[in-house]
Amino acid sequence: MTALAFTDPVFESQAVFRRIMRAMAAPGTIFHCGETLAPPAPLEPAAAAALLTLADFETPLWIAPSFAGAVAAYLTFHTGAPLAPAPAAAAFALVDLAGDGLRLERFALGSAEYPDRSTTVVAQAASFGEGPALKLAGPGVAGEAELRAAPLPDDFLAQWRANRGGFPLGVDLILAAGAKLACLPRSVVLFGEAD
Amino acid sequence: MSTAVPVAQRAGDDEAIAARKRAMALLAHALAPEMAEPIDRLWPRHAARDLKPIETGLVMLRGRIGGDGAPFNVGEATVTRAIVELPSGERGYAHILGRDAGRARLAAILDALWQRPEARPDVKKAVLAPIAARIAADKAKSRAETAATRVDFFTVVRGEDDA
Repeated sequence: MTALAFTDPVFESQAVFRRIMRAMAAPGTIFHCGETLAPPAPLEPAAAAALLTLADFETPLWIAPSFAGAVAAYLTFHTGAPLAPAPAAAAFALVDLAGDGLRLERFALGSAEYPDRSTTVVAQAASFGEGPALKLAGPGVAGEAELRAAPLPDDFLAQWRANRGGFPLGVDLILAAGAKLACLPRSVVLFGEAD
Repeated sequence: MSTAVPVAQRAGDDEAIAARKRAMALLAHALAPEMAEPIDRLWPRHAARDLKPIETGLVMLRGRIGGDGAPFNVGEATVTRAIVELPSGERGYAHILGRDAGRARLAAILDALWQRPEARPDVKKAVLAPIAARIAADKAKSRAETAATRVDFFTVVRGEDDA
């Protein structure tokens, strides 16, 4: 049986879009999202809500191996998005941090003429509030903020520095766990507790 | 996933695709009672559920002049789309001109039932054949009404001014 998506697609996706926009504007802040959804396992509500809202027939979607099968069928059916052959060809990507890891440099970074043509990566984490603290600074962050998400790759800070180094190119990251999400746009500066 | 592969998605199944297209084309012109009555009579327990809410929107119609002109956008048409799934996994799709959600849903249910091999003969006999007959009768009637007002023009051959 195919799982259902939004019961009121117009208003629910607008509400989710609004929340993602606020989350992008306030990096590291956790927002509730997609509570009403029951996507097929292992996809969780917040990641499902983000992709059901953002992806459509014009945005190639790359789905990591952990989500092949039922989840890929669910997302392509409800959004009409074509599957991208490679991460670098994707407008949106879905990865599971525990199952697939995360390699930011594999995704599209955009071009100098069109920095917006980069991949927005939806990374499903196990939970917020665990793991080493990430300190955030930059546009949208008043002073300094802190975010914890697990499991992030060990070299995540180095990857993010490289991603930030190519500004205005680079990927934007949406971290999702359960029915919560937080965003790390390419403009944010991350450093660890030791720095 | 237990979802059956819809007939039209099987590679190389051109005949099935053409047959399903013909069935869908008839359903697009069907009136609500022409679909509701056979469904209630033959498949009262079809238990189809909506996979997406029934939505009304616009589609851009494209056309070309002659067989080989460049495609251009003629204009937009209002369509209503329904997608249903039967408990056995068949997915039925329907796009109907206009805003009639009920008709779109009935057509989608019949499209799903048509994909069941054991139900297809009944769909053809009880639903598609009567609709085809009614459409043919409507066409013949309007053609007859038009024919009654027909005027044939002809030009009398003039004698040449050679006298």
